[in-house]
Amino acid sequence: MAVLEVNHLEKHFGSTRVLNDISFSLEKGQALSIIGSSGSGKTTLLRCLNFLETPNGGSICVNGKTLFDAADPSTQLEKEIRRKRLHFGLVFQNFNLFPQYTALQNVTLARELMSKETGESQDTIVKAGKELLEQMGLADRANHYPHQLSGGQQQRVAIARALAMHPDILCFDEPTSALDPELTGEVLRVIRNLAEQRTTMIIVTHEMAFARDVADQLIFMDQGFIVEQGDPHQVIDHPREERTRHFLAHYSET
Amino acid sequence: MFLTVTTSLVKGLGTAMELFGLTLLFALPLGLVIAFGSMSKWQPFKFLQYGQENPGSFVRFFADLRPISALTNVIVWIIRGTPLMLQLIIIFYGPGLWFDNNIWSFSNGRMAACVVAFVINYSCYFSVIYRGGIEGVPQGQREAGEVLGMTKSQIFFKITLLQMIKRIVPPMSNEIITLVKDTSLARIIAITELIKAGEAYMKSDGITWPLFYTAVYYLLFVGVLTILFNFIERKLSYFR
Repeated sequence: MAVLEVNHLEKHFGSTRVLNDISFSLEKGQALSIIGSSGSGKTTLLRCLNFLETPNGGSICVNGKTLFDAADPSTQLEKEIRRKRLHFGLVFQNFNLFPQYTALQNVTLARELMSKETGESQDTIVKAGKELLEQMGLADRANHYPHQLSGGQQQRVAIARALAMHPDILCFDEPTSALDPELTGEVLRVIRNLAEQRTTMIIVTHEMAFARDVADQLIFMDQGFIVEQGDPHQVIDHPREERTRHFLAHYSET
Repeated sequence: MFLTVTTSLVKGLGTAMELFGLTLLFALPLGLVIAFGSMSKWQPFKFLQYGQENPGSFVRFFADLRPISALTNVIVWIIRGTPLMLQLIIIFYGPGLWFDNNIWSFSNGRMAACVVAFVINYSCYFSVIYRGGIEGVPQGQREAGEVLGMTKSQIFFKITLLQMIKRIVPPMSNEIITLVKDTSLARIIAITELIKAGEAYMKSDGITWPLFYTAVYYLLFVGVLTILFNFIERKLSYFR
Protein backbone atom coordinates (compact mmCIF):
# COMPACT_ATOMS: atom_id res chain seq x y z
CA MET A 1 0.00 0.00 0.00
CA ALA A 2 1.21 3.48 -0.79
CA VAL A 3 2.33 5.46 2.25
CA LEU A 4 1.43 8.71 0.49
CA GLU A 5 -1.19 9.43 -2.12
CA VAL A 6 -1.68 12.89 -3.53
CA ASN A 7 -4.72 13.33 -5.73
CA HIS A 8 -5.45 16.25 -8.06
CA LEU A 9 -3.84 18.82 -5.75
CA GLU A 10 -4.52 22.43 -6.73
CA LYS A 11 -3.13 25.64 -5.26
CA HIS A 12 -3.54 29.18 -6.41
CA PHE A 13 -2.47 32.50 -4.93
CA GLY A 14 -5.10 34.96 -6.13
CA SER A 15 -5.33 34.38 -9.86
CA THR A 16 -1.89 32.74 -10.12
CA ARG A 17 -2.18 28.99 -10.39
CA VAL A 18 0.83 27.49 -8.65
CA LEU A 19 -0.16 23.83 -8.58
CA ASN A 20 -2.35 22.18 -11.20
CA ASP A 21 -3.76 18.68 -10.91
CA ILE A 22 -0.78 17.24 -9.01
CA SER A 23 -1.20 13.49 -8.48
CA PHE A 24 1.38 10.95 -7.43
CA SER A 25 1.89 8.19 -4.93
CA LEU A 26 4.85 7.02 -2.93
CA GLU A 27 5.57 3.57 -1.53
CA LYS A 28 7.04 3.04 1.91
CA GLY A 29 10.82 3.12 1.84
CA GLN A 30 10.94 4.85 -1.51
CA ALA A 31 12.58 8.14 -2.38
CA LEU A 32 11.00 10.58 -4.79
CA SER A 33 12.96 13.38 -6.43
CA ILE A 34 11.24 16.46 -7.76
CA ILE A 35 13.08 18.64 -10.25
CA GLY A 36 12.09 21.72 -12.18
CA SER A 37 13.02 25.35 -12.61
CA SER A 38 12.38 28.02 -9.97
CA GLY A 39 8.72 28.94 -9.73
CA SER A 40 7.54 25.58 -11.05
CA GLY A 41 5.68 24.87 -7.80
CA LYS A 42 8.04 22.34 -6.19
CA THR A 43 8.41 24.22 -2.92
CA THR A 44 4.68 25.02 -2.75
CA LEU A 45 3.95 21.32 -3.15
CA LEU A 46 6.15 20.49 -0.14
CA ARG A 47 4.59 23.33 1.84
CA CYS A 48 1.11 21.97 1.07
CA LEU A 49 2.13 18.50 2.25
CA ASN A 50 3.42 20.02 5.50
CA PHE A 51 0.25 22.10 5.96
CA LEU A 52 2.14 25.37 5.71
CA GLU A 53 -0.16 26.21 2.79
CA THR A 54 -3.75 25.12 2.37
CA PRO A 55 -4.44 23.60 -1.06
CA ASN A 56 -7.47 24.87 -2.95
CA GLY A 57 -8.32 21.48 -4.37
CA GLY A 58 -7.48 17.79 -4.20
CA SER A 59 -6.64 15.45 -1.37
CA ILE A 60 -3.67 14.10 0.58
CA CYS A 61 -3.79 10.57 2.01
CA VAL A 62 -1.20 8.99 4.29
CA ASN A 63 -1.31 5.25 5.03
CA GLY A 64 -4.77 5.11 3.49
CA LYS A 65 -6.13 7.83 5.77
CA THR A 66 -7.34 11.08 4.24
CA LEU A 67 -5.46 13.88 5.98
CA PHE A 68 -6.72 16.62 3.77
CA ASP A 69 -9.56 16.86 1.30
CA ALA A 70 -10.42 20.25 -0.14
CA ALA A 71 -14.02 19.10 -0.61
CA ASP A 72 -14.40 18.00 3.01
CA PRO A 73 -14.14 20.80 5.61
CA SER A 74 -13.99 18.27 8.45
CA THR A 75 -10.46 17.39 7.32
CA GLN A 76 -9.34 21.00 7.64
CA LEU A 77 -9.89 21.66 11.33
CA GLU A 78 -7.25 23.96 12.75
CA LYS A 79 -6.91 21.82 15.88
CA GLU A 80 -6.01 18.63 14.02
CA ILE A 81 -3.48 20.17 11.67
CA ARG A 82 -0.76 20.08 14.33
CA ARG A 83 -1.00 16.28 14.69
CA LYS A 84 -1.34 15.75 10.95
CA ARG A 85 1.85 17.68 10.34
CA LEU A 86 3.78 15.04 12.26
CA HIS A 87 3.29 12.57 9.41
CA PHE A 88 5.68 14.78 7.47
CA GLY A 89 9.08 16.21 8.24
CA LEU A 90 10.51 19.17 6.40
CA VAL A 91 14.12 20.19 5.91
CA PHE A 92 14.29 23.80 4.78
CA GLN A 93 16.56 25.33 2.18
CA ASN A 94 17.98 27.77 4.74
CA PHE A 95 17.99 25.33 7.69
CA ASN A 96 15.90 27.48 10.07
CA LEU A 97 17.65 26.13 13.14
CA PHE A 98 16.68 27.84 16.38
CA PRO A 99 19.68 30.10 17.12
CA GLN A 100 19.22 30.21 20.90
CA TYR A 101 19.50 26.43 21.26
CA THR A 102 22.47 24.11 20.86
CA ALA A 103 22.52 21.49 18.12
CA LEU A 104 21.30 18.86 20.57
CA GLN A 105 18.57 21.11 21.98
CA ASN A 106 17.40 21.86 18.44
CA VAL A 107 16.94 18.13 17.91
CA THR A 108 15.24 17.43 21.24
CA LEU A 109 13.10 20.56 21.77
CA ALA A 110 9.93 19.52 19.94
CA ARG A 111 9.92 16.06 21.50
CA GLU A 112 10.45 17.50 24.96
CA LEU A 113 7.50 19.83 24.46
CA MET A 114 5.45 16.85 23.34
CA SER A 115 6.56 14.61 26.21
CA LYS A 116 3.57 15.79 28.25
CA GLU A 117 1.37 13.99 25.74
CA THR A 118 3.64 11.05 24.93
CA GLY A 119 5.06 10.48 28.40
CA GLU A 120 8.58 10.06 27.03
CA SER A 121 11.31 10.59 29.60
CA GLN A 122 13.89 13.34 29.25
CA ASP A 123 16.67 10.72 29.19
CA THR A 124 15.13 8.81 26.29
CA ILE A 125 14.72 11.99 24.27
CA VAL A 126 18.27 13.22 24.88
CA LYS A 127 19.69 9.78 24.14
CA ALA A 128 17.75 9.61 20.87
CA GLY A 129 18.92 13.11 20.00
CA LYS A 130 22.56 12.23 20.59
CA GLU A 131 22.21 9.10 18.46
CA LEU A 132 20.72 11.10 15.62
CA LEU A 133 23.53 13.65 15.75
CA GLU A 134 26.03 10.80 15.75
CA GLN A 135 24.31 9.33 12.72
CA MET A 136 24.77 12.72 11.05
CA GLY A 137 28.48 12.68 11.95
CA LEU A 138 28.02 15.50 14.44
CA ALA A 139 28.53 13.78 17.80
CA ASP A 140 31.26 16.29 18.70
CA ARG A 141 29.08 19.27 17.77
CA ALA A 142 26.13 18.50 20.06
CA ASN A 143 26.77 21.47 22.35
CA HIS A 144 27.58 24.01 19.64
CA TYR A 145 25.17 26.79 18.78
CA PRO A 146 24.04 27.11 15.15
CA HIS A 147 26.20 30.17 14.46
CA GLN A 148 29.26 28.15 15.48
CA LEU A 149 28.53 25.53 12.80
CA SER A 150 29.19 25.54 9.06
CA GLY A 151 26.24 25.57 6.67
CA GLY A 152 26.65 21.87 5.95
CA GLN A 153 26.72 21.05 9.65
CA GLN A 154 23.67 23.22 10.28
CA GLN A 155 21.75 21.43 7.57
CA ARG A 156 22.69 18.06 9.04
CA VAL A 157 21.42 19.20 12.44
CA ALA A 158 18.20 20.26 10.70
CA ILE A 159 17.90 16.77 9.19
CA ALA A 160 18.42 15.21 12.64
CA ARG A 161 15.80 17.57 14.05
CA ALA A 162 13.26 16.45 11.44
CA LEU A 163 14.10 12.76 11.96
CA ALA A 164 13.63 13.08 15.72
CA MET A 165 9.87 13.35 15.21
CA HIS A 166 9.80 10.03 13.27
CA PRO A 167 7.91 11.37 10.27
CA ASP A 168 6.37 8.90 7.82
CA ILE A 169 7.69 10.99 4.97
CA LEU A 170 10.70 13.28 5.16
CA CYS A 171 10.65 16.22 2.74
CA PHE A 172 13.73 18.13 1.62
CA ASP A 173 13.28 21.57 0.09
CA GLU A 174 16.45 22.20 -1.93
CA PRO A 175 18.61 21.12 1.01
CA THR A 176 21.89 22.13 -0.60
CA SER A 177 20.89 25.32 -2.46
CA ALA A 178 22.03 27.64 0.33
CA LEU A 179 25.38 25.89 0.74
CA ASP A 180 28.81 26.59 -0.68
CA PRO A 181 29.66 23.99 -3.34
CA GLU A 182 32.30 22.33 -1.16
CA LEU A 183 29.72 21.74 1.57
CA THR A 184 26.99 20.13 -0.53
CA GLY A 185 28.75 16.75 -0.54
CA GLU A 186 28.41 16.11 3.19
CA VAL A 187 24.68 16.84 3.13
CA LEU A 188 24.03 14.76 0.02
CA ARG A 189 25.97 11.87 1.60
CA VAL A 190 23.71 11.96 4.64
CA ILE A 191 20.58 11.94 2.48
CA ARG A 192 21.99 9.09 0.43
CA ASN A 193 22.55 7.10 3.64
CA LEU A 194 18.96 7.73 4.61
CA ALA A 195 17.82 6.45 1.23
CA GLU A 196 19.87 3.30 1.74
CA GLN A 197 18.16 2.78 5.09
CA ARG A 198 14.85 2.95 3.20
CA THR A 199 13.67 6.24 4.65
CA THR A 200 10.60 7.44 2.76
CA MET A 201 11.61 10.77 1.28
CA ILE A 202 10.60 13.50 -1.12
CA ILE A 203 13.59 15.51 -2.30
CA VAL A 204 13.26 18.76 -4.20
CA THR A 205 16.67 19.47 -5.66
CA HIS A 206 18.67 21.08 -8.42
CA GLU A 207 21.39 18.43 -8.17
CA MET A 208 20.42 16.36 -11.22
CA ALA A 209 22.88 13.50 -10.81
CA PHE A 210 21.90 13.19 -7.16
CA ALA A 211 18.18 13.29 -7.98
CA ARG A 212 18.70 10.49 -10.47
CA ASP A 213 20.91 8.26 -8.33
CA VAL A 214 19.18 8.51 -4.98
CA ALA A 215 15.54 8.26 -6.03
CA ASP A 216 13.26 5.39 -7.00
CA GLN A 217 10.91 7.78 -8.73
CA LEU A 218 11.31 11.20 -10.29
CA ILE A 219 8.93 14.02 -11.13
CA PHE A 220 9.67 16.92 -13.43
CA MET A 221 7.48 19.95 -12.80
CA ASP A 222 6.94 23.01 -14.93
CA GLN A 223 4.55 25.92 -14.31
CA GLY A 224 2.67 24.01 -11.66
CA PHE A 225 2.11 20.88 -13.75
CA ILE A 226 3.74 17.48 -13.54
CA VAL A 227 5.23 17.22 -17.00
CA GLU A 228 6.90 13.87 -16.69
CA GLN A 229 7.20 11.25 -13.98
CA GLY A 230 8.71 7.82 -13.76
CA ASP A 231 11.99 6.00 -13.37
CA PRO A 232 14.71 8.59 -12.58
CA HIS A 233 17.25 7.20 -15.05
CA GLN A 234 14.69 7.11 -17.80
CA VAL A 235 13.43 10.69 -17.16
CA ILE A 236 16.86 12.26 -16.82
CA ASP A 237 18.78 10.27 -19.40
CA HIS A 238 15.99 9.70 -21.92
CA PRO A 239 13.26 12.29 -21.34
CA ARG A 240 10.14 11.83 -23.44
CA GLU A 241 8.81 15.36 -23.17
CA GLU A 242 10.24 18.32 -25.05
CA ARG A 243 10.00 20.56 -21.96
CA THR A 244 12.00 18.09 -19.86
CA ARG A 245 14.68 17.92 -22.53
CA HIS A 246 14.80 21.69 -22.70
CA PHE A 247 15.15 21.99 -18.91
CA LEU A 248 17.82 19.29 -18.63
CA ALA A 249 19.82 20.87 -21.45
CA HIS A 250 20.65 23.78 -19.14
CA TYR A 251 22.24 21.37 -16.70
CA SER A 252 24.29 19.30 -19.14
CA GLU A 253 26.08 22.48 -20.19
CA THR A 254 27.51 23.04 -16.73
CA MET B 1 21.96 72.77 54.02
CA PHE B 2 23.55 70.30 51.64
CA LEU B 3 22.33 67.43 53.78
CA THR B 4 18.77 68.77 53.93
CA VAL B 5 18.69 69.21 50.17
CA THR B 6 20.17 65.77 49.61
CA THR B 7 17.57 64.03 51.80
CA SER B 8 14.71 65.96 50.24
CA LEU B 9 15.96 65.09 46.75
CA VAL B 10 16.32 61.43 47.75
CA LYS B 11 12.63 61.54 48.65
CA GLY B 12 11.91 63.05 45.24
CA LEU B 13 13.97 60.32 43.62
CA GLY B 14 11.96 57.74 45.55
CA THR B 15 8.74 59.13 44.10
CA ALA B 16 10.24 59.18 40.61
CA MET B 17 11.42 55.57 41.01
CA GLU B 18 8.01 54.49 42.24
CA LEU B 19 6.40 55.98 39.14
CA PHE B 20 9.13 54.48 36.96
CA GLY B 21 8.81 51.01 38.47
CA LEU B 22 5.01 50.88 38.41
CA THR B 23 4.94 52.12 34.82
CA LEU B 24 7.32 49.38 33.70
CA LEU B 25 5.52 46.74 35.72
CA PHE B 26 2.24 47.37 33.88
CA ALA B 27 3.37 48.83 30.56
CA LEU B 28 5.80 46.04 29.62
CA PRO B 29 3.12 43.31 29.53
CA LEU B 30 0.36 45.63 28.31
CA GLY B 31 2.60 46.71 25.43
CA LEU B 32 2.88 43.09 24.34
CA VAL B 33 -0.91 42.73 24.36
CA ILE B 34 -1.25 45.89 22.26
CA ALA B 35 1.45 44.57 19.91
CA PHE B 36 -0.56 41.39 19.36
CA GLY B 37 -3.65 43.52 18.82
CA SER B 38 -1.96 45.57 16.14
CA MET B 39 -0.76 42.38 14.43
CA SER B 40 -4.19 40.70 14.61
CA LYS B 41 -5.19 39.24 11.26
CA TRP B 42 -8.82 38.67 12.21
CA GLN B 43 -11.02 39.57 9.24
CA PRO B 44 -14.68 39.01 10.21
CA PHE B 45 -15.97 40.24 6.85
CA LYS B 46 -13.58 38.21 4.75
CA PHE B 47 -16.48 36.23 3.23
CA LEU B 48 -17.44 39.41 1.32
CA GLN B 49 -14.32 39.18 -0.82
CA TYR B 50 -15.67 36.45 -3.10
CA GLY B 51 -16.42 37.92 -6.46
CA GLN B 52 -14.95 41.28 -5.47
CA GLU B 53 -11.95 41.71 -7.74
CA ASN B 54 -11.91 45.51 -7.65
CA PRO B 55 -9.53 46.48 -4.81
CA GLY B 56 -11.00 50.00 -4.50
CA SER B 57 -14.61 49.03 -3.95
CA PHE B 58 -16.55 49.74 -0.77
CA VAL B 59 -17.38 46.08 -0.17
CA ARG B 60 -13.76 45.15 -0.62
CA PHE B 61 -12.82 47.67 2.08
CA PHE B 62 -14.94 45.75 4.59
CA ALA B 63 -13.71 42.40 3.34
CA ASP B 64 -10.11 43.45 3.96
CA LEU B 65 -10.87 45.20 7.27
CA ARG B 66 -9.04 43.91 10.32
CA PRO B 67 -11.02 45.62 13.08
CA ILE B 68 -8.79 44.74 16.04
CA SER B 69 -5.64 45.76 14.22
CA ALA B 70 -7.26 48.96 12.87
CA LEU B 71 -8.65 50.00 16.25
CA THR B 72 -5.34 49.35 18.02
CA ASN B 73 -3.47 51.34 15.40
CA VAL B 74 -5.81 54.33 15.85
CA ILE B 75 -5.31 54.23 19.63
CA VAL B 76 -1.54 54.02 19.25
CA TRP B 77 -1.65 56.91 16.81
CA ILE B 78 -3.62 59.10 19.23
CA ILE B 79 -1.45 58.26 22.24
CA ARG B 80 1.84 58.68 20.41
CA GLY B 81 0.55 61.73 18.58
CA THR B 82 -0.32 63.81 21.64
CA PRO B 83 1.94 65.01 24.48
CA LEU B 84 2.16 62.88 27.59
CA MET B 85 1.69 66.06 29.61
CA LEU B 86 -1.69 66.64 27.99
CA GLN B 87 -2.75 63.03 28.60
CA LEU B 88 -1.73 63.39 32.22
CA ILE B 89 -3.85 66.53 32.65
CA ILE B 90 -6.87 64.96 30.95
CA ILE B 91 -6.69 61.78 33.02
CA PHE B 92 -6.24 63.60 36.33
CA TYR B 93 -8.59 66.57 35.87
CA GLY B 94 -10.95 65.17 33.23
CA PRO B 95 -13.24 63.09 35.47
CA GLY B 96 -13.74 65.91 37.94
CA LEU B 97 -14.20 68.61 35.29
CA TRP B 98 -16.52 66.84 32.87
CA PHE B 99 -18.29 64.23 34.92
CA ASP B 100 -18.23 66.00 38.24
CA ASN B 101 -16.67 62.89 39.68
CA ASN B 102 -13.09 63.14 40.86
CA ILE B 103 -12.15 59.48 40.89
CA TRP B 104 -8.64 60.39 42.08
CA SER B 105 -9.65 61.84 45.43
CA PHE B 106 -8.24 58.99 47.52
CA SER B 107 -4.95 59.35 49.38
CA ASN B 108 -2.52 58.30 46.65
CA GLY B 109 -4.87 59.46 43.90
CA ARG B 110 -2.39 61.74 42.18
CA MET B 111 0.21 59.00 41.91
CA ALA B 112 -2.41 56.54 40.69
CA ALA B 113 -3.59 58.92 37.96
CA CYS B 114 -0.01 59.50 36.98
CA VAL B 115 0.73 55.77 36.74
CA VAL B 116 -2.38 55.22 34.61
CA ALA B 117 -1.37 57.98 32.18
CA PHE B 118 2.23 56.74 31.99
CA VAL B 119 1.20 53.11 31.52
CA ILE B 120 -1.16 53.97 28.64
CA ASN B 121 1.43 56.18 27.00
CA TYR B 122 4.42 53.89 27.41
CA SER B 123 2.62 50.67 26.54
CA CYS B 124 1.81 52.18 23.15
CA TYR B 125 5.46 53.00 22.53
CA PHE B 126 6.52 49.57 23.80
CA SER B 127 3.97 47.87 21.54
CA VAL B 128 5.64 49.29 18.45
CA ILE B 129 9.03 48.11 19.69
CA TYR B 130 7.64 44.63 20.41
CA ARG B 131 6.03 44.47 17.00
CA GLY B 132 9.32 45.34 15.35
CA GLY B 133 11.05 42.66 17.39
CA ILE B 134 8.48 39.98 16.59
CA GLU B 135 8.32 40.80 12.91
CA GLY B 136 12.11 40.82 12.81
CA VAL B 137 12.22 37.12 13.70
CA PRO B 138 12.29 35.32 10.33
CA GLN B 139 9.05 33.59 9.29
CA GLY B 140 11.10 30.41 8.83
CA GLN B 141 11.57 30.14 12.59
CA ARG B 142 7.83 29.90 13.17
CA GLU B 143 7.41 27.52 10.24
CA ALA B 144 10.18 25.27 11.58
CA GLY B 145 8.27 25.12 14.87
CA GLU B 146 4.96 24.40 13.13
CA VAL B 147 6.43 21.60 11.06
CA LEU B 148 7.73 20.01 14.27
CA GLY B 149 4.19 19.96 15.64
CA MET B 150 4.54 22.77 18.18
CA THR B 151 1.52 24.77 19.25
CA LYS B 152 1.26 28.51 18.61
CA SER B 153 2.04 29.35 22.24
CA GLN B 154 4.99 26.93 22.35
CA ILE B 155 6.35 28.61 19.23
CA PHE B 156 5.99 32.05 20.80
CA PHE B 157 7.42 31.23 24.21
CA LYS B 158 10.11 28.72 23.21
CA ILE B 159 11.28 30.15 19.90
CA THR B 160 10.15 33.70 19.10
CA LEU B 161 10.26 35.33 22.54
CA LEU B 162 13.98 35.16 23.28
CA GLN B 163 14.93 36.14 19.73
CA MET B 164 12.52 39.07 20.04
CA ILE B 165 14.00 40.16 23.38
CA LYS B 166 17.48 40.11 21.91
CA ARG B 167 16.31 42.35 19.07
CA ILE B 168 14.47 44.87 21.25
CA VAL B 169 17.09 45.50 23.95
CA PRO B 170 18.63 48.55 22.21
CA PRO B 171 15.35 50.36 21.35
CA MET B 172 13.87 49.35 24.71
CA SER B 173 16.82 50.80 26.59
CA ASN B 174 16.26 54.09 24.76
CA GLU B 175 12.60 54.18 25.68
CA ILE B 176 13.18 53.20 29.30
CA ILE B 177 15.85 55.85 29.74
CA THR B 178 13.39 58.39 28.32
CA LEU B 179 10.88 57.19 30.90
CA VAL B 180 13.32 58.05 33.72
CA LYS B 181 13.34 61.66 32.62
CA ASP B 182 9.63 61.76 31.77
CA THR B 183 8.84 61.11 35.42
CA SER B 184 9.53 64.82 35.87
CA LEU B 185 6.20 65.49 34.11
CA ALA B 186 4.41 64.26 37.23
CA ARG B 187 4.94 67.67 38.81
CA ILE B 188 2.25 69.05 36.50
CA ILE B 189 -0.33 67.43 38.80
CA ALA B 190 1.60 68.48 41.91
CA ILE B 191 3.55 65.33 42.62
CA THR B 192 6.84 66.15 44.32
CA GLU B 193 9.28 64.28 42.13
CA LEU B 194 12.93 65.25 41.70
CA ILE B 195 12.62 68.52 39.78
CA LYS B 196 9.83 69.86 41.94
CA ALA B 197 11.79 68.92 45.07
CA GLY B 198 14.85 70.79 43.79
CA GLU B 199 12.94 73.77 42.54
CA ALA B 200 11.29 74.24 45.93
CA TYR B 201 14.58 75.66 47.29
CA MET B 202 14.61 78.28 44.59
CA LYS B 203 11.30 79.60 45.83
CA SER B 204 11.88 79.25 49.58
CA ASP B 205 15.61 80.01 49.96
CA GLY B 206 16.47 81.70 46.68
CA ILE B 207 19.16 79.15 45.81
CA THR B 208 19.46 77.49 42.39
CA TRP B 209 22.06 74.78 42.96
CA PRO B 210 19.56 72.19 44.31
CA LEU B 211 17.75 72.32 40.95
CA PHE B 212 20.94 71.53 39.07
CA TYR B 213 21.92 69.00 41.69
CA THR B 214 18.93 66.88 40.57
CA ALA B 215 20.86 66.12 37.39
CA VAL B 216 23.27 64.00 39.45
CA TYR B 217 20.37 61.81 40.57
CA TYR B 218 19.10 61.34 37.03
CA LEU B 219 22.62 60.54 35.82
CA LEU B 220 23.16 57.95 38.54
CA PHE B 221 19.77 56.36 37.89
CA VAL B 222 20.38 56.17 34.14
CA GLY B 223 23.94 54.98 34.77
CA VAL B 224 22.67 51.98 36.72
CA LEU B 225 20.13 51.22 34.00
CA THR B 226 22.81 51.41 31.30
CA ILE B 227 24.92 48.89 33.17
CA LEU B 228 21.86 46.64 33.48
CA PHE B 229 21.11 46.86 29.75
CA ASN B 230 24.73 46.11 28.86
CA PHE B 231 24.52 43.08 31.13
CA ILE B 232 21.36 41.82 29.41
CA GLU B 233 22.91 42.39 25.99
CA ARG B 234 26.00 40.42 27.02
CA LYS B 235 23.83 37.64 28.47
CA LEU B 236 22.06 37.30 25.13
CA SER B 237 25.17 37.43 22.98
CA TYR B 238 25.65 33.65 23.11
CA PHE B 239 23.47 33.29 20.03
CA ARG B 240 22.95 35.22 16.84
